[in-house]
Amino acid sequence: MILIINLNQGNLGFNEFCLPVYDIVSKIEECTIQHYTSAKVSSSFSRIILSGTPLMDNEYLNSIEDFQWLKSCTIPVLGICAGMQVMGLVFGSSLVPCLEIGMTHVTTLKENALVSSSFSAYSLHRYGIIPSSDFDVLARSTLCVQVVKHARRDLYGVLFHPEVRNKEVVREFVTAGSA
Amino acid sequence: MNLGVLFSGGKDSTLALWKARQTDTVTCLISVLSRNEESYMFHTPNIDIVRLQAEAMELPLIQETTDGVKEEELIDLERAIEKAKIIYSIEGVATGAVESVYQAERVQRICHNLDVWCFNPLWLRNQEALLYEIVEAGFHVIISGVFAYPLSEEWLGRVLDRAVIRQLVELQKLHGISPSGEGGEIETTVLDAPFFRKRIEVTDFEIVFDKYSGKFIIREAHLVEK
Repeated sequence: MILIINLNQGNLGFNEFCLPVYDIVSKIEECTIQHYTSAKVSSSFSRIILSGTPLMDNEYLNSIEDFQWLKSCTIPVLGICAGMQVMGLVFGSSLVPCLEIGMTHVTTLKENALVSSSFSAYSLHRYGIIPSSDFDVLARSTLCVQVVKHARRDLYGVLFHPEVRNKEVVREFVTAGSA
Repeated sequence: MNLGVLFSGGKDSTLALWKARQTDTVTCLISVLSRNEESYMFHTPNIDIVRLQAEAMELPLIQETTDGVKEEELIDLERAIEKAKIIYSIEGVATGAVESVYQAERVQRICHNLDVWCFNPLWLRNQEALLYEIVEAGFHVIISGVFAYPLSEEWLGRVLDRAVIRQLVELQKLHGISPSGEGGEIETTVLDAPFFRKRIEVTDFEIVFDKYSGKFIIREAHLVEK
């Protein structure tokens, strides 16, 4: 069972940022969606995905305490956009203004399980992260760090939206995900 | 949240409007009338009927006209959204974008410039499922434009129902046509929906068709009680 954690304030954002991920994941494995304010993370989940949000929805940044479970989480986690931001903040990274809207060129810097070489990806974010020393930077665009992985655990962050033009990234995480 | 809906009069923007109404307050429709039938951004067949649709929904309409020149038409869209922000206090925009990164990206940029939210409630949804949702929700939709082989003149004016959806899905398998017209293969016009206070009755129309491209042009229509 895979858990998708919804970071959106409202239903319209949920439709746009959770359901497309659900569609990809549910073709591979059973999954469920819970809101971050009431998510029950347990070992019954094999993978966890943190969703993205609309460009203007930054409410989750006021509730970083709701994501402290990440510190002791041993389940592989994929944070998408907003999900990468909260993952970064939990582990001491800094949030920095970084606007990217639309197709973005991403270059892989370090071999990893999710992305390779150079590729185009759909970005929709106002903030990126400056990763703390807990993370390896796996890929970046001209402006932003695009893919990170926790140095010791299977916690991945992708700033772009893989559900739009890079569905294989989500599939790869769901089926493998381990470094 | 007060929302304006980017409204073309077709099935996708009407479904997006319906979804937006379920959670937020739609305070106006925003429509851009393109003089360019090949517009990259805007649905063109029967867009003149948008005014009647707005009346049927009892929603105010902000309508701008554009020459439809690629990229320049975005300035006209931005002007329309800005007007909606000033006049109807919208805090966000909802669109019927399903798969077009081209359209979604441009609307996102405009909304960012204007400091308003942008929602795409149909984004990346399964096209066949959306068509069934429209029919099952009781929308009355006609096919008002066909623009790809092998769609013939007979498709124009047909009402979207389960049989039509099955045929469109079959055409997808055989010819790669997007069943919901995401590639511009078909255009639709909504004549009634569950939240319309009145329905639209077409009393005069013309069909223009040539080489797998045609339109169901509504010449005269009026509102009738439901």
